[in-house]
Amino acid sequence: MRHLLSIADLEREDIERILDRAASFAEVSGREIKKVPALRGRTVVNLFYEASTRTSSSFELAEKRLSADVVNVKSSGSSVEKGESLKDTVQTLSAYDPAAIVIRSPHVGAAELVARWTSASVINAGDGKHEHPTQALLDVYTLRDRLGSLDGRHVWIVGDVLHSRVARSNVLAFQRMGARVTVCGPPTLIPRGIEALGCAVAHTLDRLPEADVVYALRMQHERMREAFVPSLREYATVYQIDRARLRPEQVLMHPGPVNRGVELAADVIDSPQATISAQVEAGVVVRMAVLYELTTGSAGGAPGGPAPDAVAALPEPEPAEAAA
Amino acid sequence: MTGLLVAGAHVVDPRAGLDGPHDVLVRDGEVAQLGAPGSLDAPSGVETVEGEGRHLLPAFVDPHVHLRVPGQEHKEDFATGTAAAAAGGYCAVVAMPNTDPPIDDASVLSAVREAAAREGRVRVEFLAAITRGLGGRELTEMAELRGSGALGFTDDGMPVVSAGVLRRALQYQRLCGGVIALHEEDPALSADGVIHEGEVSALLGMAGIPSISESTMIARDAALAGYEEARIHVQHLSAIESVEAVAAAKAAGVRITAEASPHHLLLTDEILRTDELHTRFKMNPPLRAERDRQALIAGLRDGTIDCVATDHAPHANHEKEVPFEEAPMGTTGLETAFAALHTDLVVPGVLDLALVVERMTAGAALFDLPTPRIAPGEPANLALVDLDAEWQAGEAGWESKAENSCFAGRTLRGRVVLTVAGGAIAHRRMEVAA
Repeated sequence: MRHLLSIADLEREDIERILDRAASFAEVSGREIKKVPALRGRTVVNLFYEASTRTSSSFELAEKRLSADVVNVKSSGSSVEKGESLKDTVQTLSAYDPAAIVIRSPHVGAAELVARWTSASVINAGDGKHEHPTQALLDVYTLRDRLGSLDGRHVWIVGDVLHSRVARSNVLAFQRMGARVTVCGPPTLIPRGIEALGCAVAHTLDRLPEADVVYALRMQHERMREAFVPSLREYATVYQIDRARLRPEQVLMHPGPVNRGVELAADVIDSPQATISAQVEAGVVVRMAVLYELTTGSAGGAPGGPAPDAVAALPEPEPAEAAA
Repeated sequence: MTGLLVAGAHVVDPRAGLDGPHDVLVRDGEVAQLGAPGSLDAPSGVETVEGEGRHLLPAFVDPHVHLRVPGQEHKEDFATGTAAAAAGGYCAVVAMPNTDPPIDDASVLSAVREAAAREGRVRVEFLAAITRGLGGRELTEMAELRGSGALGFTDDGMPVVSAGVLRRALQYQRLCGGVIALHEEDPALSADGVIHEGEVSALLGMAGIPSISESTMIARDAALAGYEEARIHVQHLSAIESVEAVAAAKAAGVRITAEASPHHLLLTDEILRTDELHTRFKMNPPLRAERDRQALIAGLRDGTIDCVATDHAPHANHEKEVPFEEAPMGTTGLETAFAALHTDLVVPGVLDLALVVERMTAGAALFDLPTPRIAPGEPANLALVDLDAEWQAGEAGWESKAENSCFAGRTLRGRVVLTVAGGAIAHRRMEVAA
């Protein structure tokens, strides 16, 4: 594997290999010194064209724990407004000979374009409303941890599916791992033709009890101005996940940050059913695994590639900050 | 050129009732004589072009191109745009007014008409804007623009959103004449859409442009035209609902005509799923679904759609090499139109060659231009094509300044080897024997 652009490019065995490696990195994360030298002396560029706290900090930490030299390039506004095209920016950054470029962009297909213009491995950290593959991988990792296997499980993804790259990547990833998926939300926020992803569609929570996993999406305030829903109050009345709607054995997930009292009621956010902070933790080790997978060359899909325990067998982490 | 003898080509001109081998002699810019193969001799000083194994067609007329002058000459200009037209077998094109500044006043129109006459290899005519600055609010000086040579009017690239404004333009047409050509799109429905709303937009997470953003406006404007007894032409039909709306309006007696472009007739949004998310497939209206494409083909066959128009929309590489959602809309089309239609519709037997020839020339009459015909006494407007020639549509190597062809990389069958426009040779491929 050279790039991670879309979950659609991954087979189930690819996902399992990445997640197994993430599990061995989790073991490293349990140590006092959480660093491994896998990317020592190599450079990773984080190119973020959208504000992001969670994803950018998670990637940065993952890169540092792999001992990479990290360059953060943040830019709000489109490349066009900035006057420099994405292509020029990528060609400039590629001159640093990075092992990987992590890109977050408000535009669909931006990561694919970057991959065309650089010899570095490219990781899609969110391209418009298209995909957010590392989020899907960390969600599968979290669920695997909680449930053992996703085979035969039923996942409900509830909320603003239309504007959600998380929804698109997760539908693909959950299905690839053997789960069934239903997407649920107001008819104005379910894209026409979404069934093509293989999921079912619902517009009420009436059948929510049939879910093993309830995955709530963030409800953006600006959707009200755009008249997709009449009010947050009405949205919460129909779609909020609360104690009354959630069965005790259901797993509750959310990509964060949560709008308390909108898509989730306070009483479920901090319940043991919720995996929200486990998802954040998983983010670091899964991103370490993705970086490792893409940058350690032949590791790729080759059957003989390093097994997860190859990571565990790495020398004890060094105290020195490689990326001084 | 004193003359030209095209010897023994298979002549196809449905309007002239021709479908067989003939010698065609051109003298003094006109078709002078037709004869049985081998019956005509070239008078001294007249070049003979071997036509055997080739087809001679009336040259095409494209009622919808963007030549980018004035203001965007980095995309195209009259010399390159008309060279592209000639290479595609066209003898005349109609340029759109969405330039910078727009062609919304007689001084701009006069300037571009002079420049096009000076620099163009084929005839270039112009539509002027319906509204000042294409702003959709105030009418242009339509009578003066007509007096300065505008064939008609359009705000192409933008819809006339206000029914009230369009109604005034349709009323004013009684004074000034000239067809009013309409880019049909309700921006409240198309919003920030970038591709067809359907499965592919759902999969890609891209904002969709629903078919109804086009068809509802066609229905509205057909009603306005019917009420005002005005004459309208619907540009670049893309959706099945739009074909139905045009058919209904025609059945109701509205003076409405319509065009479709090769890319909408031959491609669907599926290509965005399979062939990368390339910006050469971003156009407005967008590539739609297979049922839309089939409806367009059926409409072209039964005459609901009167003609083929390329909507040739050149852009510079640096403008197209950006994320899909940021890229400008449009594909080039002049150099590939005939070859692409021949490859995908004529060769498989979906449409007859004669019908394609008819629809690629019918745009002339819709805009009050003379229709090219292969008959004695007619101006010589001819396209000699080799239907068996296979060629690779390239990323580069076009006559056009632009390389944003939606057919780039495709192997096409059928190539224009010689174009005669207004009695002069406007294009000839090197290998054509003298």
